[in-house]
Amino acid sequence: MSAKITAGDMHFKELNRLIRESAESEIIVDDCLGQRYIGSGVSGKHIIINGIPGNALGAYLDGSDITVYGNAQDATGDTMNKGTIVIHGNCGDAPGYGMRDGKIVIKGSAGYRCGIHMKQYMDKIPLVLIGGKVGDFLAEYQAGGRIVVLGIGFEDICPVGSFCGTGMHGGAIYIRTEHMPKSLPAQISIHDADDSDKEAIRADVELYTQSFGGNADELLGSHFYKLIPNSANPYKQLYVNN
Amino acid sequence: MPVNFFPAEFEVVRNADKCIKCRACERQCSNEVHYYDADYDKMLSKDSSCVDCQRCVCLCPTGALKIRPNENAFRKSANYTQQLMIENYRQAGTGAVLLSSMGTPKDYPIYWDKILINASQVTNPSIDPLREPMETKVFLGKKPSGIKKNPDGSINTEMTPYLELNTPIMFSAMSYGSISKNAHESLARAATELGTYYNTGEGGLHKDFYKYGPNTIVQVASGRFGVFKDYLDAGAAIEIKMGQGAKPGIGGHLPGAKIREDVSKTRMIPMGTDAISPAPHHDIYSIEDLRQLIFSLKEASEYKKPVIVKIAAVHNVAAIASGIARSGADIIAIDGFRGGTGAAPTRIRDNVGIPIELALAAVDQRLRDEGIRNEVSIVAAGSVRSASDCVKAIALGADAVYIATPTLLAMGCHLCRSCHAGKCNWGIATQRPDLVKRLNPDVGAQRLVNLVHAWDHEIKEIMGGMGINSVESLRGNRLMLRGIGLSQKELDILGILHAGE
Repeated sequence: MSAKITAGDMHFKELNRLIRESAESEIIVDDCLGQRYIGSGVSGKHIIINGIPGNALGAYLDGSDITVYGNAQDATGDTMNKGTIVIHGNCGDAPGYGMRDGKIVIKGSAGYRCGIHMKQYMDKIPLVLIGGKVGDFLAEYQAGGRIVVLGIGFEDICPVGSFCGTGMHGGAIYIRTEHMPKSLPAQISIHDADDSDKEAIRADVELYTQSFGGNADELLGSHFYKLIPNSANPYKQLYVNN
Repeated sequence: MPVNFFPAEFEVVRNADKCIKCRACERQCSNEVHYYDADYDKMLSKDSSCVDCQRCVCLCPTGALKIRPNENAFRKSANYTQQLMIENYRQAGTGAVLLSSMGTPKDYPIYWDKILINASQVTNPSIDPLREPMETKVFLGKKPSGIKKNPDGSINTEMTPYLELNTPIMFSAMSYGSISKNAHESLARAATELGTYYNTGEGGLHKDFYKYGPNTIVQVASGRFGVFKDYLDAGAAIEIKMGQGAKPGIGGHLPGAKIREDVSKTRMIPMGTDAISPAPHHDIYSIEDLRQLIFSLKEASEYKKPVIVKIAAVHNVAAIASGIARSGADIIAIDGFRGGTGAAPTRIRDNVGIPIELALAAVDQRLRDEGIRNEVSIVAAGSVRSASDCVKAIALGADAVYIATPTLLAMGCHLCRSCHAGKCNWGIATQRPDLVKRLNPDVGAQRLVNLVHAWDHEIKEIMGGMGINSVESLRGNRLMLRGIGLSQKELDILGILHAGE
């Protein structure tokens, strides 16, 4: 069974309390009007949001699924640990900050600073998947995980902004484009993705097409760039003991 | 062979009559200073590797060793000191940033030592803490500004979450990674026994230490290492680290060499990769953004735990603290620039930030002026070195203090300021298993308990001397303080009179 909550002008504290305390595993939030922190730290639920959730949607998410029929705002999935956030629209700045595991799948485009300081450990490999384009500072300080930018509808330009991967020291970024990203930092190496690279993201692309439609083979048939860091210890040579 | 531009900093002096060639010094030194020469049948030393940690001196069974500063001196200059010359040689040799540990050794004013405490004579009797009850218990968190009534007329006794401390002393943040597991265990067990709190720092919480959760403050910093629901649930409070006194404005890098298996598991990052905490939180550019992080943490922890925001003491700290007090934080921790660190660029540590005494006085005054002092508790940190420093901090407006360097001393640290090298001979600032096991958590915890008990008793004695019987009555009681040898400007900022006034 599922519970229905009409958010309207309800305060976020009240809305989140209702979600946390609901006995149902599926919760439908209708008429969502920017309430923040929805699903913060919540586990074992499927939250369906009709409308626009506010900032920090699914922060510290601990194994719930969130589906948004609308756009999401800033700091989606901040430090999220487990679960899946699917956004049938665009997303604001800084989704996936410090993310440890789980998936954020965005149909449209996202703002600045996506996937900052994502991590990975053993089998925990987080994913941020963006259908459209993203702003500057994608994957700053990325320490692990995968970021995939499909650039759908932006085939004529590079779908990532400037300073992508600054301070990156782990993980990988895959970008479906013919255009090399601008102003890449020195510690990043850029490669044309080969068949094995594309196989590595096949499940991700299929997750996208299953969620939003489209043809995975067609998307994977295009040219991808793969960006990886040159070193896991970028600051090793920076210091002298004093 | 390239010319070595500077001599060893320390000289190992070995008394040949006392040395029995037992080679204990050799086994104890992770810097490989001591070695036995079979041809000469003699213990020799490589002075240039010595960091003056005093481990060999303390463990030499015959007292044959002394470490002293190398008396060799460059031509004296008050401007270009020998230290400065050596630093330039180091940088010319490597092209690298100078990295240091612990609090700045530079000769900046220490205001604690220029403040004197009052005592009762004749008119207001002093109190003997051995005979009469003295209260050092404090509560940290928002304080209600008035009585609220329920609709039925009864008093609303609902409180926002708070921390209860048996003594106004907590152990400040030192991450598992920067210090060893045994050091963390010592702190955790001591905090539990003392009825106070230790702080995980930004390194996550080792699975063995979740049981100390009720006496643990879990930290969330820009790198978000080890942060997840269970971690947030485990602690008694959540601290957002915005800055650190020893290195305001910059982040932290735990070198890959220190990320061994257990640290890797606790931080949830692969072994051998650098753990980088960026300088800013990339999602915080304003007080509103800070409020967002505070409330996302409160939501995740269901409003059951107070949230602390820790900042470095910087020039406009009073205005910043005012913003934080309005952001929803329950407690502000202010870390002065003389505070310690496991590693910081030397130039930052020695030149950035302001002293805790001035910052604390300015913040307390500002929050009082704005009528929001009860919205937050204030924790003072950054070189609180003794019970008398605690008393002065509380009288300047602190609700409690954070101490770290004194806790390291309790565990055996000799302030050699080489934590960043990861070869701590005392088993504290290292992850090398053979060194870590030198610190016995039973002994470490007991020595920490002893230290805080001793300080707590001294606080009671000093308060008793003033005729004050609780920390609550001492807090912000600046009339109990007088300055000595301070300018009018300094006195004004500290909000105290000069001695004799």
